[in-house]
Amino acid sequence: MATDPMAEIRASFFVECEELLESLQDALSEMDEGQHDDETINVVFRAVHSIKGGAGAFGLEALVGFAHRYETVLDELRAGRLAITPEAMKLFFHAADLLQDQVRAARDGGAPPADAETCLQELEALIGGVAPAPEAEEVSDFQPMGLALDFGDLTIEPPAPNQWRVRFTPHDALYASGNEPLHLLRALGELGDCALRCDFERLGTLDGFDPEKALLSWEATITGELTEGEIREVFDFVEDVCDIDILSNEPSQEDGFSDMALPPLDTGFTPSEEITDPLHAAESPAQAVPPEPADSGAEVAAPREVAKEPGATVRVDLDRIDRLVNLVGELVINQAMLAQSVAEAGLAPNSSVMTGLEAFMMLTRDIQDSVMMIRAQPVKPLFQRMARIVREASAAVGKEVRLRTEGEATEVDKTVIERLADPLTHMIRNAVDHGLETPSERRAAGKPEEGVITLTAQHRSGRVIIEIFDDGAGINRPKVREIACRKGLIAEDAVLSDSDIDNLLFLPGFSTASQVSALSGRGVGMDVVRSAIQALGGRISIASEPGKGTRFSISLPLTLAVLDGMVVNVADETLVVPLSSILETATLTAEDIRSLGPETHVVHVRGVFVPLYDLGAELGYRSPKKNYEGDIVLLTAHENGARSALIVDTILEQRQVVIKGLQRSYGHIPGVAAATILGDGQIALILDPADLVQNASGHTRANQLSLAG
Amino acid sequence: MTSSSTQSSAEVELLSFRLAEEEYSVDIMSVREIRGWTRATPLPHAPPYVRGVINLRGTVLPVVDLSVRLGMAPVEGDARNVIIVVQVGNQTAGLLVDAVSDILALPNSELQAPPELTADSAHSYIAALTIVEGRMIRVLDLNAVLPDEVAEAV
Repeated sequence: MATDPMAEIRASFFVECEELLESLQDALSEMDEGQHDDETINVVFRAVHSIKGGAGAFGLEALVGFAHRYETVLDELRAGRLAITPEAMKLFFHAADLLQDQVRAARDGGAPPADAETCLQELEALIGGVAPAPEAEEVSDFQPMGLALDFGDLTIEPPAPNQWRVRFTPHDALYASGNEPLHLLRALGELGDCALRCDFERLGTLDGFDPEKALLSWEATITGELTEGEIREVFDFVEDVCDIDILSNEPSQEDGFSDMALPPLDTGFTPSEEITDPLHAAESPAQAVPPEPADSGAEVAAPREVAKEPGATVRVDLDRIDRLVNLVGELVINQAMLAQSVAEAGLAPNSSVMTGLEAFMMLTRDIQDSVMMIRAQPVKPLFQRMARIVREASAAVGKEVRLRTEGEATEVDKTVIERLADPLTHMIRNAVDHGLETPSERRAAGKPEEGVITLTAQHRSGRVIIEIFDDGAGINRPKVREIACRKGLIAEDAVLSDSDIDNLLFLPGFSTASQVSALSGRGVGMDVVRSAIQALGGRISIASEPGKGTRFSISLPLTLAVLDGMVVNVADETLVVPLSSILETATLTAEDIRSLGPETHVVHVRGVFVPLYDLGAELGYRSPKKNYEGDIVLLTAHENGARSALIVDTILEQRQVVIKGLQRSYGHIPGVAAATILGDGQIALILDPADLVQNASGHTRANQLSLAG
Repeated sequence: MTSSSTQSSAEVELLSFRLAEEEYSVDIMSVREIRGWTRATPLPHAPPYVRGVINLRGTVLPVVDLSVRLGMAPVEGDARNVIIVVQVGNQTAGLLVDAVSDILALPNSELQAPPELTADSAHSYIAALTIVEGRMIRVLDLNAVLPDEVAEAV
């Protein structure tokens, strides 16, 4: 087989694996929360099982081996012979993590995880030894857990009999999905001494013969030391497209089968010459005359896998989407340029060119929205990765930690999700290592021993807010202050508010752990987290309450590609203010403006005093003006609920702008989120009002001091 | 460029340009293109030598006023001035200069390390000196010239 298509199939197998691992994690979490119903357990089992099956097809033996042993244990769980205890859940989670490692190792050709064997042995210890021979059912001390899957007659799993009778009746779908009974029968033949008979009963005559119908069935009699599970395994991939009936010990007494008793055939079609070699016989009729599903009323004992709804999805190379996003970005710029030219040409507003252009603008916008939606992905996989980080980190430091997640379905741009993984990992580790207390400390503080870290995502005012909250001891402010002093980050006598002290954590080179643990505190601190978040056009803030915990809030733009902005003019510079942050615009009257301090003003809007900032002065374009009466202000709201009023000279228009990052070419500028290219080809800066205000001096009156910046 | 001075046999090609009646040059291998002057959008809180950003076919290009960077009066910025687009590592930036004058090919051996003169700051931006037809030409160290943020962001 050519390497290329194979590589493609392999790649899609690994993509599927990721999805299966995701559903595995989901189901395990549900189980962990006390949902012990069959369907949940089945989802867990199926995920592992499917990974094993796929891996087998690609000859990934390490993966198959691991998945198989994991599956064996899960099978016991499914059969209700294994109780779900917290310890078992921990092992299941660990094994799921290792399974993920195995998948990755198989994909990237890396070394499989080292502690796989240990974990498997621990798992197998749960069920009391390797490869549980289907022991006689100890029904006495076995409490059924309300399994919906009815094994019906439990005697079908007796101690390994030496003779099995397998009746295999393919449905049409088996052939339609490209399966080949010959391979299955051959695999059956490899299990032991196998005698095979083919049932032609339903074949009928060639008159009115439908070649698409499955009409044959087979009965195999296998002799050897094997379990029903081993036989069933052969039919793993086809169990939903055929009927399998497995009986043990008794020799066949079914009369529906006949070795040679072929129904009369009108034509020269005679499979009989080959029939003594059943495997070959199986091949030709299978292709030529697929047997009809024999109505062998016997139902398969094992629960039929619920046929999964095939989601109507297409896997697309990310590069292609990115190219599309870029092209749409250029389209938006071009459309703006066109609009500008048309406006300059002085055409009547109701001329056909103008109406056509308007329709074009709406179309562009729709295209853009659709393209952006392609890139948007739920944060769930990211959160699941964090769940693993929590498990590993808590095990490493010997703390009991539970991760609660909310808003997993919140969709964010793919790039944002990818680039959020590292900072989030770091913060989660910090929360486990520094945020939460040890179990004994928690007990002493009257809290449950198990610490809880809450990870939430939600959309708020056109941005995504991700919060990490731990119910630990909160920030030890005296200690933070002391460390900052010792490291020379602040002066000994500096007057700092609580939030100032909290924010010291973001200073480069700060680490509160008095001992450098293996987990965190390797010199990479929150400053790295902050710059990573800023590079995404985001902000991070911290809030802490002693004894209650610490909350980190990350606010991120929904997309890195476009935004709706208000184009304004300040001191002859064109700026773009994100529309999502603007509450209203107003013209200031003398009564609105009140002076606050000698150099600052507030604006009285709708009964609230809002600090006034002069954009021109804050950005260093000009000195603060003498009088702001009659000026235009943008009233902006920030994620933390604070408001501010920004002075601008004129408002030009509202429009969608394509975000061009400044980070890569220049670096972070306080108050500036990014840049964009306007219709005239000039670059305009996109403001980040919240960041601007945070770094603002608030000077709205000329004074003798030099201005910031 | 300091490292290239050891390979004395190799030739080096330099793009020379004028800046306040003085001649400077950069290694031509780091020059991407030369553009006419366009108005740059100033960046708030930027050091004075960062003139702003311009639109270079859809990407945002920071422009350094080389004159200010080297401790001289700012370039006025009109139709006669040019922006030399240079690339160092992954970073691209524009250098605003008075005018481009020549392309010089000379052996590495003719480049001399600048003497240590701490009186002015400009010397730290100069990687080497050379004499061509009686004129002294300074070879710039682009890494030192570009804004710090650019270097950090790599």
